Amino acid sequence: MTDMSYSPPRSGNRTVKIALRWTLYIMLGLFALFYLMPLFVMVTTSFKSLDEIRTGDLISLPREVTFEAWRTAWSGACTGIQCEGVRPFFWNSVLIAIPAVLLSTLIGALNGYVVAQWRFRGANLFFALMLFGCFIPFQVVLLPMARMLGLMGLAGTIPGLIFVHVIYGLGFTTLFFRNYYVSIPSELTKAAKVDGAGFFRIFWSIFLPLSLPIIVVTVIWQFTQIWNDFLFGVSFSQAGTQPVTVALNNIVNSTTGVKAYNVDMAAAIIAALPTLFVYVVAGKYFVRGLTAGSVKG
Amino acid sequence: MTKWLEEHMPKLVLAPSFIIVLIFVYGFIGWTAWVSLTRSRLLPKYEIDGFIQYDRLFSSPRWETAFSNLFVFGFLFIVIAMILGLTLAILLDQNIRTEGAIRTIYLYPMALSMIVTGTAWKWILNPGLGLEATVRGWGFENFTFNWLVDPDMAIYTVVIAAIWQSSGFVMALFLAGLRSVDQEIIRAAQIDGIPTWRVYTAIIIPAMAPIFLSAFIVLSHLAIKSFDLVIALTGGGPGYATDLPATYMYTMAFSRGDIGQAASSAMIMMMVVFAIVVPYLYSELRVKDD
Repeated sequence: MTDMSYSPPRSGNRTVKIALRWTLYIMLGLFALFYLMPLFVMVTTSFKSLDEIRTGDLISLPREVTFEAWRTAWSGACTGIQCEGVRPFFWNSVLIAIPAVLLSTLIGALNGYVVAQWRFRGANLFFALMLFGCFIPFQVVLLPMARMLGLMGLAGTIPGLIFVHVIYGLGFTTLFFRNYYVSIPSELTKAAKVDGAGFFRIFWSIFLPLSLPIIVVTVIWQFTQIWNDFLFGVSFSQAGTQPVTVALNNIVNSTTGVKAYNVDMAAAIIAALPTLFVYVVAGKYFVRGLTAGSVKG
Repeated sequence: MTKWLEEHMPKLVLAPSFIIVLIFVYGFIGWTAWVSLTRSRLLPKYEIDGFIQYDRLFSSPRWETAFSNLFVFGFLFIVIAMILGLTLAILLDQNIRTEGAIRTIYLYPMALSMIVTGTAWKWILNPGLGLEATVRGWGFENFTFNWLVDPDMAIYTVVIAAIWQSSGFVMALFLAGLRSVDQEIIRAAQIDGIPTWRVYTAIIIPAMAPIFLSAFIVLSHLAIKSFDLVIALTGGGPGYATDLPATYMYTMAFSRGDIGQAASSAMIMMMVVFAIVVPYLYSELRVKDD
């Protein structure tokens, strides 16, 4: 910790120090307000009636709390011609995210294990190719992927979206596990081999039990990425298979009828809840994933 | 047989991923590159016809807007997010008792989808009922804040929302960096009576050069890929005033049915990314090999 409060006493007197301390806390508080304000506005707006919203005070608390907007957002708002709210799309996102997260994590773990512990000629090249794949703008694969999904009979389906997310998640999951396993001494693998343990046995009995922290980091990273994805969702889905982000955007931008801002906000909060929940419960691992994905990548 | 299997198991396990990456990353990039050199419109054609798509691209006013928006947006987003992130990190590094809670508050937008962020800011910034109306309601009748619907200013609303979303993450990066600086040197400087601000400008910040580089790479990557935020916040409008290459590409691919333009704009995006990322990755990988 860069502990500046230990500076020698000759620098300034007590009053100045206390004043500085107060300024510091006030600045931190103002920044906190900046980050919290949109969430606050979203929550209060979602509990207001449209009449109250029309009086145009963004930051007042609702005079009368109503859950109407939440009910509409969940099961009645129109996403185009369909008016079933975000509920079916929320479940689509769940159906996409869970298998995609599990598959990409599992494959990433195996890949990382090989690259870090079973070095052979070409393993580094493989890793470099993978790493590079993390950085491509997905626009460059969008057109051929659309055609490929068509050829595979997966166009506009949930399995198609799972497939896409697994493929383009592999770079990061491999990176995470590789960087984690590389710090485990390779003598461990060698000793196990001498004792007659095979490839999968070593993975299963030695590496997997050590992997809980990195599994948590990877699962959280992948879940956040996939849940929040919009580009693949909007490109490769059709009316019935859209993920919740696409449905939210459709609700907000649907041109029919009166703009129901309270419904928009309730729908936005619903779409954000799963990842916010993960962040609040496991924030430490979330941050670790972010920094591992960027600093080491 | 089992011996052979055991010996080659690592390669066999890697093989599917290897093939997948070759096809779905490198093969697909090749496909897009190829198609960007043809006269493809609604359907892909495969006869190479030179750089006609790139000529069309760079003579299109819409692309010109999208491409220059990328630099305006990218520059402001990266610079402001870095300054803000560094400031927050330094403020938080002064033995703050509630640091954990404050960090959580600064960082939570990063967990949100860009669509959610866009939706929230679209509501806050809408002139009719949002911030403008609120401030007017407080008695400032002449207060105007209509950037969202002003073609010249709308791109700055994207900057604001993007900074709100990502600056906490930059703070987390810098905070980790601040704490990895050698404490002995800092202690020594303090004993010598060097003022705190000098300790930061002369010792700590220069020692964090690699973090600046990482933050720059991540932010520029985010900027180039920005798609959802523009779609949710402005839809590329008013008109196409807030188009970015990512939204241009999407429009060409899926609403205009102009595959040639979609492919060539995607290739330009990739080149911009590579111009930034390749030198970085190259140096990173070399360091690891040493």
